[in-house]
Amino acid sequence: MSASAPFVEPAPATVREALANYAADWGQATLDGLAAIGSIAVFAGRMARWLVTRVPPRGTLLPIFYQVGVLSLPVVALTGLFIGMVLAIQGYYQFSVLGLESRLGAVINMSLVRELGPVLAATMLAGRVGSAMAAVLGAMRVTEQIDALVMLGANPIHYLVVPRFLACMLLIPALTIVADFTGILGGYIYAVLILHVDHYDYLRYSQEFVGAFDFFSGIIKSIFFGGTIAIVSCHRGFNCEPGAEGVGRAATAAFVISFVLILAEDIMLNLVLDAVYFTFWPSGPKLL
Amino acid sequence: MLNSDCPPLAESDQGGPLLRIEHVSVQFGDNCILEDIHLSIERGETVAIIGESGCGKTVLLKAIVGLIKPSKGRVLFKGEDLQALDEFQLTCARRQMGFVFQGAALFDSMTIGQNIAFPLRQHTRLSDSEIEARVERNLYEVGLPRDVLNKRPAEISGGMRKRAGLARALILEPELMVYDEPTTGLDPIMSDVVNELILVTRQNHSITSVVVTHDMRSAHKVADRVVMLYPRRRLPKGGRQVLFDGTPESLDESSDPRVRQFVRGEAGERLMELRADLLDLTESRL
Repeated sequence: MSASAPFVEPAPATVREALANYAADWGQATLDGLAAIGSIAVFAGRMARWLVTRVPPRGTLLPIFYQVGVLSLPVVALTGLFIGMVLAIQGYYQFSVLGLESRLGAVINMSLVRELGPVLAATMLAGRVGSAMAAVLGAMRVTEQIDALVMLGANPIHYLVVPRFLACMLLIPALTIVADFTGILGGYIYAVLILHVDHYDYLRYSQEFVGAFDFFSGIIKSIFFGGTIAIVSCHRGFNCEPGAEGVGRAATAAFVISFVLILAEDIMLNLVLDAVYFTFWPSGPKLL
Repeated sequence: MLNSDCPPLAESDQGGPLLRIEHVSVQFGDNCILEDIHLSIERGETVAIIGESGCGKTVLLKAIVGLIKPSKGRVLFKGEDLQALDEFQLTCARRQMGFVFQGAALFDSMTIGQNIAFPLRQHTRLSDSEIEARVERNLYEVGLPRDVLNKRPAEISGGMRKRAGLARALILEPELMVYDEPTTGLDPIMSDVVNELILVTRQNHSITSVVVTHDMRSAHKVADRVVMLYPRRRLPKGGRQVLFDGTPESLDESSDPRVRQFVRGEAGERLMELRADLLDLTESRL
């Protein structure tokens, strides 16, 4: 008998058995999925209860705010700058074929404040902060530090999750504004100084096309993204499997799940915000 | 008594055993770790829970302090059913318990001083100077130098971390101390230092202690009662998981060959049994 033979699943004997196995696998996957959603919903509920009933413990907020906000600033600013430039490079050729390069500023800046600014800030936050949170909390779980917190009279949700949630939710608008600003700057530098789009047209069309609603819709979206990153990352950390591999998997899963949820939320929030926009301004903005 | 917001725990505390474990079973999914464990631990007693790896010693310890909820049965601390308590009451109950974790479980983000002071800051309104004095007193008690106060857990040795964990668990002057494999991973001298500390702690504070260990030397030295658990998966149907409950001296005279095998640390036929288990598993899968 070969070494791997004992663990080979036997092939189903009949078609009926194969179909039953197939249905059972799908059933199990559905149950697992529902259990995961339920688990994260319960976790978020517990966090919300602590958020509204008690102020965060003394001394826990400042270090987390520093980690999430100050240390994320350079990377968010830099990626924002590059994205603005890339938009100018990509957009310029297509627009110049149509003779519309003067409208380039409108498109770049609209894309930045409504979409790329918040999504980019959220992606950076999920990658830089979210996976680190999952790894730290996961390591605390594995080394029984979370159990120790409970034994010493601190609720781990109140002590560890609430400050992280507040930091992500309150600071992501600031990071989004930074990404918006450096993106706008990058787009302007490339379009006006390198591609020689007319400076006056670039700014005029930007001003006409991009409104305060667009800017604030980006900020509103970012708050949802920040909350999602904190909850998903902390949940993954709290449910970390044992060992170094478990911690690694928690960190990866925190980023992947956060990123997928950010994009899914983005679609839904765009639908809602557009509905609000067209209710108040039925004619909408016009590029031409 | 330290100043605390907690009300006195139980009016039902009639001075009986400090801890009663009543028919406790713990199951994770399909995997039953503990089945029908029934134990009573008197005040002032030091009980060593011994048994091979995977027999559920740590799970039992965590069930005792309410970190794991039993699937069946109940744990009574001073006559109070831990499962029936709300979160605040459970926190108050835990205030009277000290837990020394296997790897010490010191908080990485804090210094040793902040770690030891943590329970005082959570549970009491003592001034900074009073907290500092208590931390230094406990540090002296476990034999740690003052200069570790400002070090992080990663900067000190395993033995020091274990003693710092003990100092942290003792700072609220608990009535029950639980130790999860206190000597695992330590050199023989430091293991004996930790054993001495467990003994001294008991003498100085009249504490009830539960020590989970598979170090027979440690069990003989610190315990006045030994309970041996056996892995449930190795038990014949209907067999009891508690193989032995008696004094350390009577361990060697046990009529149960499984107890004698463990005490003497003999592999016996175990390797063959493990291979046979593997073959059974194979057949059940095919």
